[in-house]
Amino acid sequence: MTSLGERFKAGLWYENPGLVQLLGLCPLLAVTTTVANGLGLGIATLSVMVLSNTLVSAVRRWIQPEIRIPMYVLIIASLVTCTELVFKAWIPVLDRSLGIFIPLIVTNCAIVARAEVFASRNAVVASIIDGFVMGTGFALLLIAIGAFRELVSTAWLLAALPPGAFFSLALAVAAKNAIDSRRANRETDSVTEPAGQLER
Amino acid sequence: MRDATVTRSGITLTAMAALCTALVAFTHELTDERIADNERAWLEQSLQPVLEGVEFDSDLTASRTTIPAPHGLPGADAAIVYRAFQDTTPVAALFAVTARNGYSGPIRLLIGVRADGRISGVHALSHRETPGLGDRIDRSKSDWIEQFAGRSLADPATTGWRITRDGGDFDQMTGASVTSRAVVGAVSETLLYFESNKQGVFARPADQAEVLAE
Repeated sequence: MTSLGERFKAGLWYENPGLVQLLGLCPLLAVTTTVANGLGLGIATLSVMVLSNTLVSAVRRWIQPEIRIPMYVLIIASLVTCTELVFKAWIPVLDRSLGIFIPLIVTNCAIVARAEVFASRNAVVASIIDGFVMGTGFALLLIAIGAFRELVSTAWLLAALPPGAFFSLALAVAAKNAIDSRRANRETDSVTEPAGQLER
Repeated sequence: MRDATVTRSGITLTAMAALCTALVAFTHELTDERIADNERAWLEQSLQPVLEGVEFDSDLTASRTTIPAPHGLPGADAAIVYRAFQDTTPVAALFAVTARNGYSGPIRLLIGVRADGRISGVHALSHRETPGLGDRIDRSKSDWIEQFAGRSLADPATTGWRITRDGGDFDQMTGASVTSRAVVGAVSETLLYFESNKQGVFARPADQAEVLAE
């Protein structure tokens, strides 16, 4: 069992659903025109992911392999419907600006992926943590791209339009890879360097 | 053996479906009222621009009525009308209509007419007019559309319900006479309809709204 810190590092960085696994890109590209939208969809996806992981893990011993996909779809679709109702009731502004993309969380394969890969094989608490970590990683990416596009679009209109979404995501993935490879180089170059400096 | 698996799978799925349905039903029960309230508030907020100075105490959402085409109002599809009352006396009717002769595509307009035939306000709900020219029908971009408030079929007379370029009384937006002409035309058409159908508009039964079922 890996430590909590390791799990967070994996979810936010090394296995980030958006940046590394490249899952759930449809909503990611479509709604990240502003920080507020990114945050809204991020929170919605995060809560669905935590709840679906919880539920899938709780019933995992009764799920026969043949029917696991319909089970996931059933669970995720119900949870998304509930989330949509909650948004409509308590955060109507966000519901209006996100529109169809809240119901479309059903089709976010990052969520099914966590159900299949993690929640169906692990205990409830571990699955909740996994859902939270992965969901947070996805949400932070949505917020970061939303912030980037909102800022840049004042100078460069294209950033607010669909092509801008692809460019922004490409830049984010490229930046992550650049940071990773620089870090890997430094680690092999200077083994004698104090560990603290590697964290920069 | 095979049959047993199928039966088990069926039972599991059924149980799960029941559980999920219960979950959704419970959430619906919990959020139902708030959602209806939010929708009502949202509608009243979006109708606000054409209700300036209109005093009413009725529920706008419940007053919604749909007039199927052909109706003599602008637009080829059904027109939606909200009615406002004060002590059951009609004070204003709000028409959501479509001006089809915009510069690029239809312009959805909300036109408020007081019971005495004066306009309480006109508001562009949606359009695809040219940014920087025709899109000045939006209140956020210019006050052009506010010139209609207070006007009626008597002010100006019928021939005045045109833009200045066509010899009428209404200023056009510079560089957007097509848009201006479409809006002026739709407003006067709505006023003419209101004049000849006033009784009917206020007497029409309201739509059966699914949101208001309870």
